[in-house]
Amino acid sequence: MAEETITNLANIKHIILVLSGKGGVGKSSITTQLALCLVNSGNKVGVLDIDLTGPSIPRMLGVDEKQVHQASTGWVPVYLDENQQLCCMSIGFLLQNKNDSVIWRGPKKTAMIRQFLTDVCWGELDYLIIDTPPGTSDEHISIAESLKDVKPDGAVIVTTPQAVALADVRKELNFCKKVKLPILGVIENMSGFVCPHCEECTNLFSTGGGEAMAREFEVDFLGRVPIDPSFTLMLEPSSTPESNDFKNTLLAKYPKSNLFQVFSRITDNVVAKPNQMEWRLLHQALVYQAKEGQEKLLNEVKASENATDIDDDVEIDID
Amino acid sequence: MVVTNIPENAPAHCPGPDTEQAGKASACAGCPNQNICATTPKGPDPAIPLINERLHQVKHKLLILSGKGGVGKSTFTSQLAFAFASDENTQVGVVDIDVCGPSIPKIMGLEGEQIHQSMSGWSPVYVQDNLGVMSIGFMLPDPDDAVIWRGPKKNGLIKQFLKDVDWGELDFLLVDTPPGTSDEHLSITQYLKESGIDGAILITTPQEVSIQDVRKEIDFCRKVKIPIIGVSNLYNEGESHTIVTI
Repeated sequence: MAEETITNLANIKHIILVLSGKGGVGKSSITTQLALCLVNSGNKVGVLDIDLTGPSIPRMLGVDEKQVHQASTGWVPVYLDENQQLCCMSIGFLLQNKNDSVIWRGPKKTAMIRQFLTDVCWGELDYLIIDTPPGTSDEHISIAESLKDVKPDGAVIVTTPQAVALADVRKELNFCKKVKLPILGVIENMSGFVCPHCEECTNLFSTGGGEAMAREFEVDFLGRVPIDPSFTLMLEPSSTPESNDFKNTLLAKYPKSNLFQVFSRITDNVVAKPNQMEWRLLHQALVYQAKEGQEKLLNEVKASENATDIDDDVEIDID
Repeated sequence: MVVTNIPENAPAHCPGPDTEQAGKASACAGCPNQNICATTPKGPDPAIPLINERLHQVKHKLLILSGKGGVGKSTFTSQLAFAFASDENTQVGVVDIDVCGPSIPKIMGLEGEQIHQSMSGWSPVYVQDNLGVMSIGFMLPDPDDAVIWRGPKKNGLIKQFLKDVDWGELDFLLVDTPPGTSDEHLSITQYLKESGIDGAILITTPQEVSIQDVRKEIDFCRKVKIPIIGVSNLYNEGESHTIVTI
């Protein structure tokens, strides 16, 4: 089973999880924006939605009418554009009716997540972003266990600035520590609302809470994302008749929005981290090699000393 | 109460996975699930009579549900509880079954409180004389501790909240739930089935993304046969008109 996981995920360069202990803080919208920014800088991106009882990704990306097709290599994810730069997979595509509820207990959810990892043919991807449900339960344990061998780059933690959300997000940080998932950093979502008329920033849910928490847990703070109603509007289905090619316009429209500026900086921060981590790993490997070499040398020296000792002994014996 | 729901792909003459003969009948030989059927405990959960006994003094049980997270289930629960409790003669209980992200202690200003044990069971934390609260948040050694539990363990705790807590006489028991339609939701409906749930209040916010998840929750309520008392639209004017109908 574990080997299967690796074969289908083998051509994916980076895997990033989006986590939060609290619901409704914007995990799916952060996932969407991260994906859009990465696509915009020329990457091939896949989005996997493992929120089984409340999948939001199909709606966010405007593909909730699409279906998943079966190919000989596995499930074909839903592509958003003709160049196949952005694709996604969610349980939403597998439901007959999108209002159907998925009333599953843990083991069934675990099996589904396993299947998403083993059976979806992602092909070659630069980034796979995994959107999760709130909490620290079955889905999270399963994904952390399944990805152990693949070594994901790490997790992006999403929070909103108010204390109630932070309380739950702290739990998520502790979860990451317990399952040894590297934390790429914290994003503070819904941090202020810029009035479209007077451009004054109102902090609806206070501000700075995410940054303080990041400092407390000694993880990086990746940035703040303000509330922007125009982004929400972008995601709502347009009432105009040309809503059919809406899916293409999200990719085209997003770079023109105000949030894009803010979010590309955050994306840069996120992207920089895995590279740093690669460097760190490389550095560790080099240090390790150097140490090993040193030890080898020392051992050789010791061995040669011992050898001479033996030689001496032998000589003495002969004498 | 024996429910026989024979799976579609079962061998012929399958006695049904819930029956006494499950896994032991001759038809079971060779069935891949024989072992599972033979070993799972049969019959109704022995805890259910205890729950019924404990909760028979509770007049109304209400679930606060939403498919989506962060729409204000806990805020609504606490406000509703305070509203009920504003009448001194109304006894109110709040149980928070969001095991992985309990918000009720924080929202009701009870952080750092602890649960006490007595002969008659766990006693809830009282905000005022007629308003008792129970949440996993009161049981964690450190409020930042993550509760990394799979389904069965969560179910066990929910069962204990219903079975072992000394609620006493209550007019209203409000159940705050986590988002989704999974273990916690199935368990609470299962455990409260016999003692009766008055209904569910669904919470949503106005965006389509949120409403979409709430539609799933409505579908859930229909499937498990819980009456829906009303839908409340938070972050919007014209709230709290849903309660009158009880």
